[in-house]
Amino acid sequence: MSATIESPNPPPKLFTTSARRKRVNRSMEVLSTLAAGLAVAVLVIVVGSVVIKGVSALNLDFLTETPAPFGAPGGGIANSIVGTFLLVAIASVIAVPIGLLIGIHASEFARPRVSNAVRFALDILSGVPTIVTGVFIFGLLVAGHVQSGYAGSVALAIIMLPIVARSAQEVLRLVPNSLREAAVALGVARWRMVLRVVLPTAAGGLITGAVLGVARVAGETAPLLLTSSIASNAVSWNPTQALSSIPVTIFTLSESPAPADHARGWAAALVLIVGVLALSVFARSLHERSRRRLRG
Amino acid sequence: MSAAAPSATPPRGTLATVRRNIVDRIGDPSLRVLAGAASVVAVFVILLLAYKVFDGSSSAFSKFGLGFLTSKIWNPVTNQFGAASFIYGTLVSSAIAMLFAGPLSIAIALYLTELAPRRVRRPVATLVDLLAAIPSVIIGLWGILVMAPFMVNQLEPALHSVLGWIPLFGGSPSPFGLLPAALVLTIMAVPIVSAITREVFETVPSDLKEAAYALGATRWEMTRMVILPIARPGIVGASILGLGRALGEAIAVTQVIGGAVSIHASLFQPADTLASRIASQFQSASGTVYISSLFYLAAILLVISLIVNIGARLIVRRGIPAKVMN
Repeated sequence: MSATIESPNPPPKLFTTSARRKRVNRSMEVLSTLAAGLAVAVLVIVVGSVVIKGVSALNLDFLTETPAPFGAPGGGIANSIVGTFLLVAIASVIAVPIGLLIGIHASEFARPRVSNAVRFALDILSGVPTIVTGVFIFGLLVAGHVQSGYAGSVALAIIMLPIVARSAQEVLRLVPNSLREAAVALGVARWRMVLRVVLPTAAGGLITGAVLGVARVAGETAPLLLTSSIASNAVSWNPTQALSSIPVTIFTLSESPAPADHARGWAAALVLIVGVLALSVFARSLHERSRRRLRG
Repeated sequence: MSAAAPSATPPRGTLATVRRNIVDRIGDPSLRVLAGAASVVAVFVILLLAYKVFDGSSSAFSKFGLGFLTSKIWNPVTNQFGAASFIYGTLVSSAIAMLFAGPLSIAIALYLTELAPRRVRRPVATLVDLLAAIPSVIIGLWGILVMAPFMVNQLEPALHSVLGWIPLFGGSPSPFGLLPAALVLTIMAVPIVSAITREVFETVPSDLKEAAYALGATRWEMTRMVILPIARPGIVGASILGLGRALGEAIAVTQVIGGAVSIHASLFQPADTLASRIASQFQSASGTVYISSLFYLAAILLVISLIVNIGARLIVRRGIPAKVMN
């Protein structure tokens, strides 16, 4: 891994015409800056489109009413908001404890080879396309039965698990060993040491991972399309039936030819994007704070 | 315990200690077992996933065999299915996306590590990262309603009039097709690739950079001779990870690619990918062979993305500190 700086013998052509070198340098700098500007511009354009087009269709009724019958004006996405909330909540109840335990296993119990193998499995899991996860859960829970909120939640939990577990592994590794040793030296049992010393110290980072996982799956569409999309328009709190969700609703509305549906799609997108970006920003600030604390 | 200690102190303390010991005797192994079980679950899920996807595709596999991979026919009426056009669409749309996203991400990472003033660095990096947080369905919505009209009215006519002699840009402009899909995938891949590339760039030792400057190199020369060679495995790995993301994206692609079973040289024409075919057809699919063929598509996609992801991680891991990967 050595830097390949050519030997100065014979003197490289590079360091001769100074004006040209400066010009090349300058244009590369400008190109890099433009690239960064382009990325920010795309973010601004996408989010800006959603805000501008979403605000005009968004009102309180949109949040509290169920969808209007086909062709009728008005209506809202209350059923999808409740559905997304339930789906993500159940997914979190499944994925967060398991992810946390995987992190504990890696930092407190597992031998390095074992924890590397688990980390590898998690990396593979996070590389599986979410639509394939949807197909998997369809084959496991839906085929031969019916779609259900539970099936959708399990699919979301599988997508969430690697995010939560990997961040738990990283964060718990940052907890200083001196704290663990101090606790053990005081005669505290290991499991108490983990629950009372290690987890509280790393709480900020652990919450960050969980929030990032929630933000990620709240916007997932593909797995829900296969597992929990054929739902009634009524508000339902019953996860044994298919639940509607904001992403699937946006997807359906975006494929509709009616301009009124597009307006609804933008408004639903605004609701989703505000939620997801708020969660991401929150996770980010938490992350910064906990990192600074752990680094002392 | 000295003998002088009066037994006036009730044995409460010792009783609590005994109880505590019993709880500890249960607590310690249970935490260990629970934590180990959770890790086993992670491994088990990936194995079960692979098994279920392959198991579901078995009846399509027994009917079509490996010929499924090369057949272009997708006809639910005659129950004839093949994946060739979707494999083509997947590979071409992702390849074009990486052609855009790779250089863009390197440039963004360079800007953020070498050029940006300290005050701008953090906010810009945060904004690029937030691009990754936008749900794909919203990028797809934007793709259909904002980008597609722009494609068909402005960009594609312009490309066609200048580069129309190349078959890639031949044919009449259309709002849905491979090019819009590739652009949407670029938007989704850039934040991932640039974030990893940036972290890799930050690991380049500053004494090597300073040595290049001391020899009179300009910033670009330093980048080309020091940063890029050292970071090459990281850049390649990051790009392949981005490729993995692009290959598997279903929703945003479904919204803009047009869903056509065809292999066309022109990037303007509607096409379809493995992931978006599954997403768009699963709800309406009926019949064993039809559903099983969709499972077969999922199995192909799973194999491709596993190869890509494992490959990327192996490449990046060489020479890059583990903390960069996640």
